[in-house]
Amino acid sequence: MADKDVLIDIFTRADLIMQSDIKFRKMIGAGQLQIVYYPVRGQEVVSAAMMAAVNQEDYLVTIYRGLHDQLAKGIPSKDLWAEFAGKMAGTCKGKGGPMHITHPETGVMVTTGIVGSGIPIANGLGLASQLEKDGKVTVCCFGDGASNIGAFHEGLNMAQVWKLPVIFLCQNNLYSEHTPMAFATSSETIKQRGDGLGMRSVRVNGNDASEMYAAAKEAVEYARAGNGPTLIEAMTFRFHGHLLGDTSHYIPEEEMEQALKDDPMPILRQQLLDMQISETDIAAIEAKNAATIEEAAQFALDAPYPPGDEYRIDVLDVEIAA
Amino acid sequence: MSEKPAEIMFAQACNMAMAKAMADDPKVILMGEDIADEQGGGVFKVTAGLSAQFGTDRVRSTPISEQAIVGAAVGSALVGYKPVAEIMLMNFITVAMDQIVNHAAKLRFMSGGQTSVPLTIRTTTGAGTGLGGQHSDMLEAWLAHVPGLKVVAASNPADAYGLLYSSIMDPNPVIFIENTPTYFTKGPAPAPDHVVPLGKASVPREGTDISLITYGRGVGASHAVAEKLAGEGISCEVVDLRTIAPFDEETVLKSVAKTKAAVVVHEAVKNFGTGAEISSRIHEELFSELKAPVGRVGSGYAPVPFSPAIEKAWMFSEDDIEREIRKILG
Ligand SMILES: Cc1ncc(C[n+]2csc(CCOP(=O)(O)OP(=O)(O)O)c2C)c(N)n1
Ligand SMILES: [Mg+2]
Repeated sequence: MADKDVLIDIFTRADLIMQSDIKFRKMIGAGQLQIVYYPVRGQEVVSAAMMAAVNQEDYLVTIYRGLHDQLAKGIPSKDLWAEFAGKMAGTCKGKGGPMHITHPETGVMVTTGIVGSGIPIANGLGLASQLEKDGKVTVCCFGDGASNIGAFHEGLNMAQVWKLPVIFLCQNNLYSEHTPMAFATSSETIKQRGDGLGMRSVRVNGNDASEMYAAAKEAVEYARAGNGPTLIEAMTFRFHGHLLGDTSHYIPEEEMEQALKDDPMPILRQQLLDMQISETDIAAIEAKNAATIEEAAQFALDAPYPPGDEYRIDVLDVEIAA
Repeated sequence: MSEKPAEIMFAQACNMAMAKAMADDPKVILMGEDIADEQGGGVFKVTAGLSAQFGTDRVRSTPISEQAIVGAAVGSALVGYKPVAEIMLMNFITVAMDQIVNHAAKLRFMSGGQTSVPLTIRTTTGAGTGLGGQHSDMLEAWLAHVPGLKVVAASNPADAYGLLYSSIMDPNPVIFIENTPTYFTKGPAPAPDHVVPLGKASVPREGTDISLITYGRGVGASHAVAEKLAGEGISCEVVDLRTIAPFDEETVLKSVAKTKAAVVVHEAVKNFGTGAEISSRIHEELFSELKAPVGRVGSGYAPVPFSPAIEKAWMFSEDDIEREIRKILG
């Protein structure tokens, strides 16, 4: 079991993620936000434990389903919410949107909407750190389905050959869109693919905070020591479909029921109580997160949109003529 | 009172064309992510019911592997199959560009005509719905620039039906571009044997003052502007290319020879777009007869912006078309 402070840290991040996801789904459902949203409920602990094991300067590359990773890495809620709402005050001036969050101050370098494409880019960040000897690691998040695309195989091979300081975090929620993993994946596990490429590879219960944190910490230390990359296959589940509106009809009922029973959030909360952290202290964390989210959501709604011709700025280093 | 003719949606028309092609020719097979019924019949349900009807040997859900999907389509096409690969969104075609550009397009030529690649790649795209920079690009100009590829875009359900059927049966590789925002728009249903030949444009609206040359979603926008300007006595002819490459020069030049003015309209970014090629061909053939240089309307020089306010400003619009027409007609 991870020590008390670490678990509190993980819980604080994970609860922020959970409450944010709930709030996003609520606001989208109510028509207050009109966006395509990839729910993260169920995967909170994977990111929270991973990001608790790295520093703010370390890099992150993630995917469209990235809210949990971005919050866990420390992007301020206001900036993130405003970007999701397409506002000028957002992380990317509203130009990128939820699928393309970048926030260098917290190390969030790329969020991609193209399956697998973050992997080779993470190698480039790792290469720069290796050349600079800056001691940074790069965390690269992707799903189980991404392991079927060429970029995964090319990217992991290169990372291993060059011993790059990259942690490949495969968040295995067992589905890619409507496809169950076994239908489209030749190997039984993603870890086996890492093994096949000669990479240090582990498979853990990503929903268990202590187990996930231990794997993350070990991978980070291994990378910082110059030993090279690790593939972490973190087993998890997503509770609300590929994107909001997807009813998960393709997930057998018993599987969903079991997954909900194994919901990592109440389990982690109970673990805190078992460690003699008081209900009052936990409730205080939750209340603080709730307040942060309320403020961020209101800020996002009230903030102004970018002016229309903003599209001519940032295409190149100079403004494009009208 | 006569009965209203049956209407179908664009997505349905594509589905029916594939069903007909599969029924007519056992060599037609489908591949793509989540396209079989067990995986939902495609994310936009365009292939719904086809695996139930024709079996999962012929309607195959694939891993997320665009390069492998198109490669398998190329390989099976080389030995007599007529594969139809679905690339879920046009932006994901970038992952398979090697297979498309270096192989599908060139193998007939490089083999001295010994082999051919009669595949169809269906894909969909279109901006205006807040999907941002990696999910709504119109990339037809890239593909139209590659010798050996045909590029097709339908503007209505009946054409989609007739053109997709022709694309599947065509002995050349064809990229068939669907438009996500208009998937569920209805239009008159085609007769079951309705076929639209590739390479033939249509003239859905005749006019005398100016030709609006367009395709895909540009057709609806051009019609709307033509309708508005008709009230002021400006007569616009609308030419729907249907096949973007190779395009029907005869119909385009005939129209412009009559109206002596033209605007090319497309959703894709204007710079280096297909409008440049079409406009240039008109200038080469009809320069001295034109009332004014050919105009072009397209979207702005930027990735598709996420925020609705910027996306709208960036995107081609009916206002842009109207402004361009007025500029040309003075
Ligand atoms: C190259 C590419 N192909 C297809 C898609 C469409 N798509 C988006 S997410 C997704 C499923 C990815 O599944 P997985 O990697 O397991 O991640 P998850 O969504 O489960 O987190 C697909 C097929 C895409 N974005 N990019
Ligand atoms: Mg998955």
